[in-house]
Amino acid sequence: MKLYTRPLYAPDTSIGKPRDPSMTTSATTPKFVARDVKVYYGDKPALHGIDIDILDKSVTAFIGPSGCGKSTFLRCLNRMNDTIPSARVEGTILLDGEDLNDRKVDPVVLRARVGMVFQKPNPFPKTIYENVAYGPKIHGLATSKEEMDHIVESSLKKASLWNEVSDRLHQQGTGLSGGQQQRLVIARAIAVGPEVILMDEPCSALDPIATAKIEELIDELRQQFCIVIVTHSMAQAARVSQKTAFFHLGNLVEVGNTEDIFTNPKDQRTQDYITGRFG
Amino acid sequence: MTGYLFLALIVFSVASFMFGRSLARRKAASQGVRGHSLPAFSGWFVAIWSFIPAALILFVLVVFGGRVENTIVQADVPAAVQQLPELNQGLFFQDVRATVNGGMASTTVYDGELKAAFDHKVAQAKSVDNTITLGAYALTLILALAGAAFAYSRLSPQFRARNSVERWVSAFLVACSVVAILTTLGIILSLLWESLRFFQSVSPLDFLFGTHWSPQIAMRADQVGSSGGFGAVPLFVGTFLIMIIAMCVAAPVGLYSAIYLSEYASPFMRAWIKPVLEILAGVPTVVYGFFAALVVGPSFREFFNWLGAFMPGTPMGEYLMNVQNQMALVAGVVMGIMLIPFVSSLSDDIINSVPQSLRDGSLAMGATRSETIKKVVLPAALPGISGAMLLAVSRAVGETMIVTMAAGLQAKATLNPLDTVTTVTVQIVTLLTGDQEFDSPKTLAAFGLGLTLFAVTLALNLIAQRIVQKYQEQYD
Ligand SMILES: Nc1ncnc2c1ncn2[C@@H]1O[C@H](COP(=O)(O)OP(=O)(O)OP(=O)(O)O)[C@@H](O)[C@H]1O
Ligand SMILES: [Mg+2]
Repeated sequence: MKLYTRPLYAPDTSIGKPRDPSMTTSATTPKFVARDVKVYYGDKPALHGIDIDILDKSVTAFIGPSGCGKSTFLRCLNRMNDTIPSARVEGTILLDGEDLNDRKVDPVVLRARVGMVFQKPNPFPKTIYENVAYGPKIHGLATSKEEMDHIVESSLKKASLWNEVSDRLHQQGTGLSGGQQQRLVIARAIAVGPEVILMDEPCSALDPIATAKIEELIDELRQQFCIVIVTHSMAQAARVSQKTAFFHLGNLVEVGNTEDIFTNPKDQRTQDYITGRFG
Repeated sequence: MTGYLFLALIVFSVASFMFGRSLARRKAASQGVRGHSLPAFSGWFVAIWSFIPAALILFVLVVFGGRVENTIVQADVPAAVQQLPELNQGLFFQDVRATVNGGMASTTVYDGELKAAFDHKVAQAKSVDNTITLGAYALTLILALAGAAFAYSRLSPQFRARNSVERWVSAFLVACSVVAILTTLGIILSLLWESLRFFQSVSPLDFLFGTHWSPQIAMRADQVGSSGGFGAVPLFVGTFLIMIIAMCVAAPVGLYSAIYLSEYASPFMRAWIKPVLEILAGVPTVVYGFFAALVVGPSFREFFNWLGAFMPGTPMGEYLMNVQNQMALVAGVVMGIMLIPFVSSLSDDIINSVPQSLRDGSLAMGATRSETIKKVVLPAALPGISGAMLLAVSRAVGETMIVTMAAGLQAKATLNPLDTVTTVTVQIVTLLTGDQEFDSPKTLAAFGLGLTLFAVTLALNLIAQRIVQKYQEQYD
């Protein structure tokens, strides 16, 4: 019944850690189980039936040519497609065994558990502190100023941003560099204590140095979260992910260990894509 | 005659265009090259040179011709006329002008020496008029032909007609903006000038800080209190009161409907509500005015009288039972209704320009839609929205019709919404309607009020624009 109720949160110990000890999972338990997921925009099908298991405590990369439906599928995982009036989702997606698309599931609660980072850094036009405190505030995760301070600090630390901004927490978040903004957004997502972080091309607006920092961060976050990342950079997928899924024209062509996909793809289309023959 | 000449000029220019175009085509063809510019540009080039210099002369003739004629005719005043009083001298020349140009002459009968002088002047005016007009016409013709000839002579495939036309276009655009600027400047200067005359008879301090407004008394020099009361404070208080009431209605309703339209409404609802709001925006203010005076006013009065009946004997009850149709509340509420579409369409644009990525970011954190609006969208749009509100305020301050019809005319420095009040704009109207001499303090007071109002709305608009600008920079 977890998806129906407001998440419980003990700020000092549990940021990112599983809240329920019995739920402790490892890199071999699937976090998401998706079966026959179809998405339509109006009458136009965008996904033709996706079956995939996404493991906890690991990084799964979605790759594939532009327009193949990576973002669409990613948005199914936290029901962000609900916000697009024309979008219709069919099929089942289980999160820890519960169907996300069940009518009883409150998408608001779901999204607190499954956070999302977007392609373009989108900090709110508020201070750095307020940006991070935003989620905890609306979910009532802190009862005192100290608790909130603690959440903000530990989230910024987890996003490796603390050292750069600790002396200017009360300046505008929009005043940071692009790479810092992206880490701020990640800190903002972490602050709610999610179990999953979805990232849609998080580095495509960043320079190589900022990208390297984010990748490093993703690798650290993997210890505590289930991470799904959409990327156009094959090298990035190879560097940060353990599992890779290749999408093509609304189909999931192949999914497997990243090493296997890149060294020994089974499908011709995957082979063509990673060797740069189309895309 | 001038009109026909102008028409002829247009026809000539159109012909020039055609000839220029075909000439450019033929020249290019005969040399076997492609010209630098398309033939149409050559056509435009010739047409412009045929038209503009000649048209300028016609323009000068129309605007200044009469004045030059008058100056020449009035340069020497006949001895017989010199003996007339000044007023009649003016009349004399007016009659001369009327006789020459076929206007309405006065009924004055000129005889004897005056008759001779009159005929002489009429003859002189006629000849001056002829000379000026014919000269100008001739000049127009010459310039049109010369301009066309000059332009034809320059045509060749190498000639950069396109760049030339470009320069003319930019010159034309500059001229238009100069006209706009000069007009504004002229209005401000005349406002300043007349206000200065007003402030010579009423001290600016008395005007800005005086609390007694009764300009009517000043009309009659023999009466007690002939100096009149020119303290504008009651007017500004009245304006302020009505503006506040109007904003209390327009700001929340306008803003919330904008939020509904931009964040909640389905495309279908939006397609219905937007046009309805636009219709509301298109209702003339005078219609709002009589709506206020005939519908809202009486029903408000009835309501307050009814309310007063519940407290018989108390001063409050007495007061409520005597409330009249005309009150600040009625004008304010109706003005607020008038401002709703204004506020909501501005706010709608501003809310829509908050990037979708901010909404997505907030929704993806598990915020509900209303939390997202309250905590992210509105704060992000706040500067723009306050700019919109300031624009609405400056419209409320400048609005006249509704107040005239619904708030009464009594200048009272009161903040009681049930009282009758009057505003700056309404007083300007009452000061200037009817037959007025334009040099009594009473009429000049209108300029003083106008200047002050202008300063206030200018300041409001400048601040609002700055805010909106800053807001837009934020998301570029
Ligand atoms: N809001 C929408 N309305 C209609 N069609 C959409 C919408 N969003 C996406 N689509 C369509 O769905 C298909 C998949 O889009 P999606 O954004 O998931 O692709 P993507 O793999 O993320 O591409 P990219 O790598 O360019 O981001 C595309 O054909 C796209 O045109
Ligand atoms: Mg995408």
